[in-house]
Amino acid sequence: MKFSLASLFAGLVFGLGLIVSGMANPEKVLGFLDIAGLWDPSLAFVMSGAIMVGVVAFAVARKRTLSFLGFHMKMPASTHIDKRLVLGGLMFGVGWGIAGFCPGPGLVALGAGETKAAVFVAAMVAGMGIFEVIERNRAKA
Amino acid sequence: MIEIAWSNFTPWSALLGGILVGIAAASFLLLNGRIAGISGILGGLLSPAKGDMAWRLAFLIGLIGAPAVWLLVTELPTIEIKAGYPALIVAGLLVGIGTRYGSGCTSGHGVCGLSRLSLRSLAATLSFMAAGFVTVYVIRHLLGV
Repeated sequence: MKFSLASLFAGLVFGLGLIVSGMANPEKVLGFLDIAGLWDPSLAFVMSGAIMVGVVAFAVARKRTLSFLGFHMKMPASTHIDKRLVLGGLMFGVGWGIAGFCPGPGLVALGAGETKAAVFVAAMVAGMGIFEVIERNRAKA
Repeated sequence: MIEIAWSNFTPWSALLGGILVGIAAASFLLLNGRIAGISGILGGLLSPAKGDMAWRLAFLIGLIGAPAVWLLVTELPTIEIKAGYPALIVAGLLVGIGTRYGSGCTSGHGVCGLSRLSLRSLAATLSFMAAGFVTVYVIRHLLGV
């Protein structure tokens, strides 16, 4: 229960941050990705603001084995840079460039009642489902 | 030469919104001990494990509910989606498959990964940023869409 309440809080603040920053608007994100046109550097400021806070939080987290609510710290174990990581990143980047949506802003725009965002999110979930099916078949093989 | 779109550039609200995103990731990390990676939180719902569903749904409800909470105070800023439906479907599929293959998106690799100085996340972030820049260049300047 505590875990879910903290998750709800984090999700809500994350979403509000995306709205304040303008990143829930794909046209603004595309303005950042369009370096050959008139360039809008805002996204870099969003990342910088988030990372400034994040660096401090991770420095605190590194010294702990339990979270402040008493849960185990679950950090990604992999440090390996492989083909999956890079190809997956490239694929995601192409999709990001086509619509201007990454997962968070897509979900926030869905919450704002945008039909087009709902279509994007439905396709994204379908894509994640395709990944699951491929992975399960690979595991069986 | 890069030309800045001064009329669209919003450094202060971008920085403030970014700090909020950072606070969200920091709370999730320090309270729950987890990385706030949105593609992973959503994708995990598709391979359900016992006791692993409620918190994912709670996070997503918070995220999707943010505009409703915002509306209690003031109007939402404009959301302009120029992509057509076929493009949105292709984009969604690529984002869905790509983020799961690459183990993360802008939040998990971009915000959290870079914050913990992970080289793996840096490689992922450079990959999706580069692909995003090239894709927009091709669409807007080569195809002229």
